[in-house]
Amino acid sequence: MKKYIANWTVKENILFNGNEYCLLKLGLEEKIPEILPGQFVQVLIEDSSTTFLRRPISVHFVDKEKNELWLLVQVIGNGTRKLSKLKKGNHLNLIYPLGNSFTLPGKSGKFLLIGGGIGTAPLLYLGACLRELGYKHEFLLGAKTEKDILQINEFGRFGKVYITTEDGSAGEKGYVTNHSILQSADFDFIYTCGPKPMMAAVTRYAREKGIACEVSLENTMACGIGACLCCVEKTVRGNVCVCTEGPVMNINQLTWQI
Amino acid sequence: MADLNIEIGGLNFKNPVLTASGTFGYGSEYSDFIDLSRLGGVIVKGTTLRPREGNNYPRMAETPAGMLNAVGLQNKGVDYFISEIYPEIKDIDTRMIVNVSGSTIEEYVACAGKINELEKIQAIELNISCPNVKEGGMAFGTNCGSASEVVRAVRKVYRKLLIVKLSPNVTDITEIAKVVEAEGADSISLINTLLGMAIDAEKRQPVLSTITGGLSGPCIKPVALRMVWQTAKAVKIPVIGLGGISDWKDAIEFILAGATAVQIGTYNFIDPTVSTKIVDGIEDYLNRHGFNSVRELIGNMQ
Repeated sequence: MKKYIANWTVKENILFNGNEYCLLKLGLEEKIPEILPGQFVQVLIEDSSTTFLRRPISVHFVDKEKNELWLLVQVIGNGTRKLSKLKKGNHLNLIYPLGNSFTLPGKSGKFLLIGGGIGTAPLLYLGACLRELGYKHEFLLGAKTEKDILQINEFGRFGKVYITTEDGSAGEKGYVTNHSILQSADFDFIYTCGPKPMMAAVTRYAREKGIACEVSLENTMACGIGACLCCVEKTVRGNVCVCTEGPVMNINQLTWQI
Repeated sequence: MADLNIEIGGLNFKNPVLTASGTFGYGSEYSDFIDLSRLGGVIVKGTTLRPREGNNYPRMAETPAGMLNAVGLQNKGVDYFISEIYPEIKDIDTRMIVNVSGSTIEEYVACAGKINELEKIQAIELNISCPNVKEGGMAFGTNCGSASEVVRAVRKVYRKLLIVKLSPNVTDITEIAKVVEAEGADSISLINTLLGMAIDAEKRQPVLSTITGGLSGPCIKPVALRMVWQTAKAVKIPVIGLGGISDWKDAIEFILAGATAVQIGTYNFIDPTVSTKIVDGIEDYLNRHGFNSVRELIGNMQ
């Protein structure tokens, strides 16, 4: 896929849960090129001495009608704090679209999209793409507390949503892998993105049940385009770049000891 | 219009802007962003005789105005390069240069010998300065005896333009430069990365799997500029300057310090179009200051 570099315009920047998360809606003058679910963009953070490199951020949603790209960001350091302070009309330089994508199924079945924390971000666009293809799927979203469950109404537009929180303030109490839906239903394919321990637990579950499963990795990156070889994941084929051969990988490629 | 042509060891380059090894893949990674033929040259990823898996993840740590890397020369080996990559890049209309590395002198020689046979590769950059491999690499470039030995051995088998890339992790870089020149190198490029380290205070652990790694980016520019200035005075062969160049102004500074050409490295990650912007910026500068050729600017400090 052809890659682009361009300045986007902030259309809206919505803050959640105090200032802990922001939803950036970005517009482009020309039509947004095709972006696949699971792909990411490299965001330039300007004028910050501590954020020298671009920040890889997954595509949360592409609003094709409004020609908008959505990024859902958790504010962690100086770079993401700068993003949370962007105002309508500000510009943001992106390299896009990057990485491979989730594999869209060839026939219908029972699909489960499991997200944890900010890792839920790419699953909204995946859910939208699956729905556009006429597939039915469900979301299982986990977070620390009710306030960390983001965009629940948006997810609800594309499928049934199950929730777990660590403190039990919403949905079932515990981790995503404790949710009763995993005990009661059989799935044909699981897509997951979240903290590594959560993805490891999901991977273990999928292996035990013999369910096909893809994870989206977030190894630290420099270039994002396969030039520097910094973001490698050890796979059955050796070290491969997460930015070009990922971020989505089938669990049968991983060498995780779990 | 100012003339951007330069010459290194009898080989003409259309302009003095090259991209640095390990930051530019094989060139094609950047072809969506820039016209590669506008560059003076592309120095491809470090190539070794046998395939190398590189170091374990994590291999990168961001630092103020820079980054540490510990990639460890991951590449599929020279035979793969010749059969799979060379056919794809040989017709790119710029100087394609291969960066050659090894753990032993025999490996350097065997790898350079194979590259010597490739018609469209007119130069190699001998990497005696990689800080991220246990054997070889920097060990060759931090000692006059071994630097001299490896350059002498490669010079015997490699008949085209031989550039030797030096390590800054030495007491006096000019001493190494002089022995490398004496052994018949056509040019010297400097600097490779500075050995550095990052620690995660919360986890009480080093960030990199290798503990130490190579520092690059704008934070190293003043050190690189100083070493280029010192080296350009100490040797007669052309010096190629690199280390933290992020815009045309940095590039001009290196040329004023005595560099015949420059390499753009880490900043390609921030702006994949920076290299051709620098070509334009140098041309503008020359026109603005009334120089007919970039060659008039080399070492031309007031």
